[in-house]
This record gives sequence, C-alpha cells and structure tokens, in this order.
Amino acid sequence: MVNTYEETEVAVEKRFVPKPLDINADIAWAKINKDILRSLERPRPIFWVIFIASFALFLVGVSCEVYQYQTGLGVANLNNPQVWGLYIATFIWWIGMGHSGTLLSALLHIMHADWRKPIYRYSEAMTTFTLLTAALFVLVHLGRIWQFYYVVAYPNERWTWPNFQSPLVWDATAIGTYLTSSLLFLYIGMIPDLAICRDNAIGIRKKLYTFMSLGWMGTDRQWANFRVTYLTLACFLMPLAVSVHSIVSTDFAASQQPGYHITSFPPYFVAGAIYSGLAVIITLFIVLRYTFRFEEYMTMPILEKLAKLTFAAGMVWTYLNLIEYATTWYGNDMYAKQALIYRATGPFAPEWWMMNFLGSVLPFALTFKRVRASIPVMLFMSIFINFGMWLERWMIISPTLAHGIYPWTWDDDQWPSFVQWGIVAGSFGWFNMLFMLYCKIFPSVSMYEVKEMLHERRFFKSTNVATARDPAINPDLAVEGGLAS
Amino acid sequence: MSKSHMLALFSDFDQASEAIRDLKSSNFEGFKLDDVTLKSPIEHPEIEELLGKRPVYVRIFTFFGALFVPLLGFLFVASSQATFLLQPKGGKPVIPLPPNFVLTYEFFILGGVYMTVLGFFISAKLPMKRNKLYNARVSEDQIGILIKAEDAIMPAIKDLFTRHNPLEIMGGDN
Repeated sequence: MVNTYEETEVAVEKRFVPKPLDINADIAWAKINKDILRSLERPRPIFWVIFIASFALFLVGVSCEVYQYQTGLGVANLNNPQVWGLYIATFIWWIGMGHSGTLLSALLHIMHADWRKPIYRYSEAMTTFTLLTAALFVLVHLGRIWQFYYVVAYPNERWTWPNFQSPLVWDATAIGTYLTSSLLFLYIGMIPDLAICRDNAIGIRKKLYTFMSLGWMGTDRQWANFRVTYLTLACFLMPLAVSVHSIVSTDFAASQQPGYHITSFPPYFVAGAIYSGLAVIITLFIVLRYTFRFEEYMTMPILEKLAKLTFAAGMVWTYLNLIEYATTWYGNDMYAKQALIYRATGPFAPEWWMMNFLGSVLPFALTFKRVRASIPVMLFMSIFINFGMWLERWMIISPTLAHGIYPWTWDDDQWPSFVQWGIVAGSFGWFNMLFMLYCKIFPSVSMYEVKEMLHERRFFKSTNVATARDPAINPDLAVEGGLAS
Repeated sequence: MSKSHMLALFSDFDQASEAIRDLKSSNFEGFKLDDVTLKSPIEHPEIEELLGKRPVYVRIFTFFGALFVPLLGFLFVASSQATFLLQPKGGKPVIPLPPNFVLTYEFFILGGVYMTVLGFFISAKLPMKRNKLYNARVSEDQIGILIKAEDAIMPAIKDLFTRHNPLEIMGGDN
C-alpha cells in the first residue's frame, strides 16, 4: 500500500501525539509576565477574606500563648505523662508538610519533570513558612521559652554544652539546616523573576526588587552559573529533606517508650511527610489558582498529576503503617502490643480509626478520574487527607504517652485545653498570613520557568515531528512505504 | 583605541544566534568572542556552541564547602565534648561517633549549600550594577546581544546587526 504524503503526515502526527499539554503552548511570553505580575497587584477579593481571617486566627493563638506564658503550662492541661500534647503533634505535622515542597521541587527538577515549573515556587515558599510555623511550637511547648538555648550549641556559664547525643539536638540542627537551605533554594530560584519584577515595578516595590535581584541581567554567564547552582542545591536538598524527617522520627524511635521504639519510624515519618505535604500542595494549588487567577498556569493536567502522586504517597504511607502494626502485633514486646491495642480500643479509638480511614481508605477515591477532575472534590479531599495526617501525628503522641510501661503512670483523661486548641488554630492563621503575604509580594508562579517549559515544548515538538518525518531515522516509515515511496 | 558598548535586540533566539554566527565568521580586527554577551529571558545553553563554554566556578566552592565544613563541624562537636568533662561518662566514649556522624552529615549539607550559593554570587559576579544598555524587554520576550568593541569597528558591527533585522540597536556611538 502506497501512502500519499498527506496520509503519512497524518499517520506521523497520530503516532507522535504529544502527551496532554500541561499548559497551553501558545501563551505569549509577554502575557506570562503580565498575568503573574498582575497577581502582585490585584488578586480576587477572596485574598483579603483569607488574609483577615488568618490574622484573626493568629491573634487567637497569640492571646492563648500570652495567657499560657503568664499563667504557666498547667492551663494547657499538659501534665505527666501527657507532656507534649497537641504542641508536638502539630509541630511534627508542620515539619512534615514542609517536607514535600522543597523535596518535590528538587526531585522533579533533577528528573526534568517540567510540569513542576508552574507549581514549584509556591511549594518551596510553603516549606519555608511551615518550618517557621513548626519552630514556634518548639518554643511554645517549653512553657519557659527562654530555656530554648539549652539546645543551641554554645557553652553556658557552667561550661556545659548541649548533649550532642540527644536526638533533640540533632533535630534542632537538622531543622535549622533545612530552613536556611530551603530559604536559599527558594531565593536563588527567584532571582530571575525578581529582575522581571524590578523592571516592571515602581516606588518602594522597585527598591525592594532591585535590592533582591542583585542586578541580574539574564546574561549567558549568569544563566550558566545559575543552572549549575540550582541543580547542585537540588542535589543537596533531596537527601537533606529525607534526613530531616528521619531525625524528627528519632525523637521518638530512639526512646524506650512502648509505641515509639519502632525501627520503621524514619521511613514511616518521611512517607507521611511527603503524603501530607502533597495534600497541602493540592489545597494551595486550588486556592492560589482561584485567588490569583492562575487558571492558565495551574491547569487540570497538573492537578491530576499531583493527585496521582498523592495517591502513590498515600499507599506507601499505608503500607508502612500496616508494617508497623504487623511487627508490633507479632513482635515480642508486650508493652508495645498493649499500646497498639489501647490506640485501637481505648479512649482515643475514634480518632485512631478516623486517621486510618482518612489516610488509607479515602485516597482510593483518587483513582477515579471524575474525582481528580473536580476542583471542589479535590479541595475537600486534600483537606480531609491532611486532617487524617494531623490525626496521625496526634495518635503517635498522645495515646502512647497516656499508656506507657508502668500502670501507675497511665492517664487518658487529659483532653487538650482550649489554650492548646487556640495555639494550634493560631498556627494556621500565622502560616496562612505569611503565605498569602508572600504570594502578594513575590511571584508565586515562576515566570522564567514557565517560559522555559513553553520553549522546550515548541522545540521538542518541532524536533519530534522533523525526526518522525525522516525515514532514515524512523524506519517504520520506510517499511510502510510512507515518504520513501 | 577606546571601546564602547552596543546592544542589539532581536525578536527570537534563532535570529540572535544567526547574528552571532555572522559576527563570529566576520573576523573583525581586535574583536573577541569573549566580548559578546547574550541576554535572554530564559537560559539558552545551546549558545555555548557559538560563544564557547562560559566559566562556571560554582562546583569548586561546593567541593570545598562539602569537604571542609563537615570536618570543621565534627571538630567543633568533638572538641566541645572533649572539654565537657564535668559529667562522668561511665565507661562510654567521651566522643561518641554515631551521633556525631548525624551532626556531621547535617554540616556536610550546610557547608555544601552555603558554599554553593557563595560560589554562585562570586562566579556570576552578583550583586552587580546594571549596565546602562540594559533593556527591560530582555527579561520579557526578546533576546539581546551586548557587544564591547573598539569604536573603529562599531559601524561595521552595526551594519552586520542591521542585516539580521534587529528590533532595536542601542549604543555603539561612544
């Protein structure tokens, strides 16, 4: 059979149908600048609703903290054995959430997954602000805030240094490293966009962007250095992100407390962190998409990829959860087994079962395309998954401390007081406030990377079609008689 | 002979690279490719085929940061443990290696990241003062070629650029 040129053309186009486009390849570059810069000027009114509500929540948290500071930790209803309560549970949750932003950005950058480009900037910013929020809980749970310097590495007047063998000191070091490194990763990646902001801003904003863009001019020398730097930072941040949450898990796993002393805790914590972080990325994706009119950049194909990734992370977390239950159940440690039974049947049972449902069963809904394609459903799904992951952290902390080795220390009657709930609510306000403020001042979608994405798409498409049309390169054409005939 | 700058703006990268290719083959006296700078809204690594590899010293900084900062970190932790002799160790090592390795690992990342960033600033010469011939369209959708050359050959270079239909030519008139 001899094909005409047109038939072959159609066949080639069909065979080399590109994957569904993550964003429209025909967007003009000037429009990208215009759209993203507009987000810094005129977001939808919902922005102010979120900001004011967040500020109000933040004030609630501050009031509770002031009350706790002046009155003592007793008002939080924290007492032996419940010494950590919601504060440390929420601390781990915030740390975990921050995990995914930078990790996802670095991992996808190294793997050249270009769909990360419209979403990585706000994910990295999320990491920075979640870490700042998490750090607050370390101070808050101490009660006597000034004693924080016990974990800071400098000798005091008695020449005693921190105990470097303590996972708490590792934790402080790891989180400090992660916070500063993530901040630098975010900032370095933002420099070319800050130059765009500088070129278009006026007044005090121009001064800010001029200062922060460091005189970037987009020269080939600058780009060459930028490429190497950004890739190198991504390579450092990948293992760092994994190490941070592993180290957080040693706060528990290195202790002798039944229910904490579990070998699989480090990967379990890392998987949980990635899972909850992805869920938050989806929540923020939907919020930013509407608030800042990013519909053209934060598209449904990207949301779908995020949903699939979240499902995969959820299954890893579920597997590690089941491994933990199985090894505890079949293990020789009867105290750990009792602690597990206590979680499933004791006073915390409703929360524990809800955690398992929200974390392990609910994500199966993500296997349905109709769920992944619905923005309102995805918003609720991501919030519920995250609520499940918050419950997970609470179920690690409180039931375990309530049911230790010695029966005379058992105490399950320490429900968190309004002060604890208030400070937890305040942390949400604090995070949202900082995050929304960031998105109002700095571009939350990377302009130059979206342009790169479009450039690569066009280049790839033209190369692909050209290659496909060449019978010397594509032997199928010659066999079928295509162009050769 | 005094030198001056000229900036030519092109609507796309292909046009600009054609102009550079012509410039390269024209063999103007006293003209070096090192004096050509491409300004673009995104990275174009393919320009290295024409202009040659640009020096990138970032990795050297990374190497030394990742090598020496963890060593210093380990020494810092170990020396503080060695001076802290008030508390009896009960037979346990004064400088315990496993926990110190955890901290050393964090110092390794910290050193690598900080020195990489420092290397970037030094190698990319940031912060820098912007050239007077900067055009904001370069950060939007146009490609700029900045030339530094002797005044005598500037008119010839301008002619060459004009043949490639630039959107605008700035400078070059000393």
